[in-house]
Amino acid sequence: MTWFAVCPVAAVPPEQGVAALLPDGRQVAVFRTHDGTLHALSNVDPFSAAAVLARGIVGDLGGVAVVASPMHKQHFELATGRCVEHPDVAVAVYPVREHGDRIMVAP
Amino acid sequence: MPRKLVVAGNGMVGHRTVQALRDRDQHGEWQVTVFAEEARTAYDRVALTSYVDGWDPAALALPGADFADDDAVSLHLGDPVVAIDRAARMVTAASGRRVRYDALVLATGSAPFVPPVPGHDLPGCFVYRTIDDLDAIRAATAGTGSGRRAALVVGGGLLGLEAAKALRDMGMSPHVVELAPRLMPLQVDDGGGALLARLIAELDVTVHTGVSTQVIEEDRGRLLAKLANGVELDVDLVVFAAGIRPRDQLATAAGLRTGPRGGIVVDEACRTDDPHVYAVGECACVDGVVYGLVAPGYAMAEVVADRLLGGDSVFTAADTSTKLKLLGVDVASFGDAHARTEGALEVVVNDAVAGSYKKLVVSDDAKTLLGGVFVGDATEYALLRSLVDLPGDPLTLIGPRGGGGGVGVAALPDDAQICSCNAVTKGTITAAIVTAECDDVPKLKGCTGAGTVCGSCVPMLRQLLGACGVAQSTALCEHFPQSRASLFEIVRVTGIRTFSELITAHGTGRGCDICKPAVASILASLGTGHVLDGERAGLQDTNDRFLANIQRNGTYSVVPRIPGGEITPAKLMVIAEVARDFDLYTKITGGQRIDLFGARLEQLPQIWARLVAAGFESGHAYGKALRTVKSCVGSTWCRYGVQDSVGLAIELELRYRGLRSPHKLKAAVSGCARECAEARGKDFGVIATERGWNLYVGGNGGTTPRHADLLVSEVDKETLLRTIDRFLMFYIRTADRLQRTSAWLESLEGGLDHLRAVVLDDSLGLCADLDRQMAAHVDAYTDEWADVLADPDKLARFTSFVNAPGLPDPTVEFRAERGQPVPVLLGTPAVMAR
Ligand code: SRM
Ligand SMILES: Cc1cc2nc3c(=O)[nH]c(=O)nc-3n(C[C@H](O)[C@H](O)[C@H](O)COP(=O)(O)OP(=O)(O)OC[C@H]3O[C@@H](n4cnc5c(N)ncnc54)[C@H](O)[C@@H]3O)c2cc1C
Ligand code: SF4
Ligand code: FES
Repeated sequence: MTWFAVCPVAAVPPEQGVAALLPDGRQVAVFRTHDGTLHALSNVDPFSAAAVLARGIVGDLGGVAVVASPMHKQHFELATGRCVEHPDVAVAVYPVREHGDRIMVAP
Repeated sequence: MPRKLVVAGNGMVGHRTVQALRDRDQHGEWQVTVFAEEARTAYDRVALTSYVDGWDPAALALPGADFADDDAVSLHLGDPVVAIDRAARMVTAASGRRVRYDALVLATGSAPFVPPVPGHDLPGCFVYRTIDDLDAIRAATAGTGSGRRAALVVGGGLLGLEAAKALRDMGMSPHVVELAPRLMPLQVDDGGGALLARLIAELDVTVHTGVSTQVIEEDRGRLLAKLANGVELDVDLVVFAAGIRPRDQLATAAGLRTGPRGGIVVDEACRTDDPHVYAVGECACVDGVVYGLVAPGYAMAEVVADRLLGGDSVFTAADTSTKLKLLGVDVASFGDAHARTEGALEVVVNDAVAGSYKKLVVSDDAKTLLGGVFVGDATEYALLRSLVDLPGDPLTLIGPRGGGGGVGVAALPDDAQICSCNAVTKGTITAAIVTAECDDVPKLKGCTGAGTVCGSCVPMLRQLLGACGVAQSTALCEHFPQSRASLFEIVRVTGIRTFSELITAHGTGRGCDICKPAVASILASLGTGHVLDGERAGLQDTNDRFLANIQRNGTYSVVPRIPGGEITPAKLMVIAEVARDFDLYTKITGGQRIDLFGARLEQLPQIWARLVAAGFESGHAYGKALRTVKSCVGSTWCRYGVQDSVGLAIELELRYRGLRSPHKLKAAVSGCARECAEARGKDFGVIATERGWNLYVGGNGGTTPRHADLLVSEVDKETLLRTIDRFLMFYIRTADRLQRTSAWLESLEGGLDHLRAVVLDDSLGLCADLDRQMAAHVDAYTDEWADVLADPDKLARFTSFVNAPGLPDPTVEFRAERGQPVPVLLGTPAVMAR
């Protein structure tokens, strides 16, 4: 597994997201929930094909942490990438962890 | 060969007859000719008084009244029938046109009764029945001097009180003179009448009961009315609303029988002595009764349409229940309101303090409900009038706890009539909810017709929705059980200033894309700092988070504020240069300003740095906030303008810019009644008159267009600003999330009258608070974009990639169209759904 450093730990505040560009041109959206847990998803909203998921609102539905796409408001589970409204649709999820003062993603 | 039907009269009932026939006549059995005395297509006479709100005849139009797409109907407006030749089966109209008929329907309605008071025909004396009558009254008020003008209404019944309301809305002080010892003698009893008089008197209407008008004289350019008790009233005009008389002259001349007190005598099929001639509506007399309400008329219309096609429906004694909201006072009665049934018992609850009077009339064994009267509070009316068997002690139904004493719509049988205007039963409505998936009141109206005439059954429709399990929950979302309005109050009163604190103390879970932006908006409305301060950035929808509007390819648009649409060439050039330098697609918006599209996240601060330096500021196109105050060119240039609409629009836009609200706010100012700025399509719109400004509120374009209602007329600028301040702040406090002012006003308990009471008469004691809140907003305003440019932490967020701050998103591409860049569609989305 290859880990890429994407940003300083402090760059992702609780309940917000940021986008990072990977060397191969893929984009990841990195989110942090209120308890500090990190999640990394593909940044591309499968419904609009725009790379915008990192700009969605982070929250929960029925206790499950989700991000709402800023384009048309579909929700994606942060842990699994699954779309709440269309369970047959999912975005890729990537391993993510803190290492020292950096956040690392393994695409 | 189709048979020929002639209809004389194109009022509410004549129109309904034709409509009902056309709806049923699948095989084109009838060709219809309608003669109308009035020169306009049929309109909603029941709502005549609301004409004063905007003097817009179109607002009263009945749907489909012109039969434009229907070849089977020919409409002759302004051409009354003047003679009927029954032997030849021929009618003659005023124009000389003669038409033969196989069936004739008389729907000539009634004429206002003008008592033979000496002076009743002087200039300045009017009646109250048609749009033309109201236009004439308005024309008469136009010229008359300054100061508050007075008017006399002769007649204190339903019509007289409606007329008094119209006159008051036109800015006059009305006097009402009623011969009977109480107001609304037909509907209300003595107890109710006494309370009604008191409540009405509190509203600047002077009531004189138990007295007649003896003479009206001309007196120094005004009118002097002398009452039988010696009182003399100086007035500017007189309106007679002393009852109606059926218009049966045409029938009499044709030898048809009329009733003892007038009205064309018809049988249960609504047929006259002549089997080829029917009569319906207010000109007909069934079983000795002439009905002065629209619901029985509509029922007759249906009977005739059915009979014409070979059916056998009959007209049975009709519901004469009435409910009005006059000058903000509820009055309702139904059934045997005066306890005339043998052995009837009366149960009365008279609460002088609360200002409510309720009476039920029940059978001697207290098992059957016969009728009732409500004044001041008619909450239980809609339910009770459909009830026959009493479910319990009558007193509990109207007692102080009220609310029907626990009796719900569930207690009603399926055939109970919920909407008496359109004869819609409970069964029909529940079927529409369950099988036709009507899950709100507007859909039910469209599907069943219930609630579309007088509106008094609307609360019942809401209850039925609830009873059928259609959630009418006011909870904001799964995280907050409160409505937006209660959350607003919680935040305002507790001083909580962060989302985390609020959800910990008053909600559950972590929040979502519904409650987070809603709370962020509440915090912003209360003037608690920049929308991107601290954790607030994470609460905002992407548009508010980046202070720009997201586009389909993930880029953003930029809309600088151009107050009132007025802009100098120098500023236009700055916009042009910015658009050129950043290669932005440029378009003039529908809101009199300029939109620049295709900016990437990291370009937004650079673009705004240029714009702010040139004196531009955020246009809040992204926010649930004031958008634009559109203006016409006004008196500065326009040859018709009577006031400076541009100047006022700019002043309003600068006053309310940045004000966060439950939904976006749009406004406009027109320089004269031609209304080039379309102010009545806005949340608040101002139209100049020679004497001041008219303020309209609750307008909307978009999905559900609505014309704004007149809130105050001909006020000076100071009053105008104060009224708008209060209107906006009251809306911001009490509306639901994403509820435009139009929907808010429609759902506001008590409607426009209540709004007037709150913002003009301070009925809730809120005005000082609302004023203070708006003053705080105006004082604290700063430009959101200038603030961001001055704050490195906020600026740092404007990047496409956290690990490559200057780099544009490589998936965003443009192509040229008509010389401008437009998005290259981003491949096929993985899934098609919206
Ligand atoms: C740019 C503009 C169209 C244009 O090219 O002319 C426009 C564009 C948008 N309108 Fe609009 N509306 C624009 C004038 C209007 C008007 C006309 C007007 O204001 O005179 C209306 C009807 C009037 C009204 O609102 O009552 C209008 C009714 C809507 C609606 C429906 C609102 C409703 O109550 O039914 C929406 C959807 C919403 O807000 O929920 C909407 C939403 C939108 C959004 C914000 C949709 C979105 O979320 O992406 C569009 C994005 C703007 C952008 O990216 O910059 N827009 N929109 C106009 C901007 C005016 C301005 O200068 O601010
Ligand atoms: C201000 C006001 C408020 C009201 N409020 C209520 C209310 O809250 N609830 C309620 O139930 N009812 C109310 N009514 C009464 C309701 O409007 C009438 O019951 C209803 O309009 C009767 O319909 P109609 O067709 O019989 O008569 P109209 O609506 O009067 O129509 C008759 C039409 O026939 C035309 N006409 C007459 N003679 C001829 C001819 N010879 N040839 C051709 N055309 C002719 C007339 O010009 C008129 O246009 C109100 C009435 C008014 C004026
Ligand atoms: S609304 Fe009146 S003043 Fe304004 S431009 Fe139109 S005609 Fe002229
Ligand atoms: S009762 Fe009048 S609209 Fe329903």
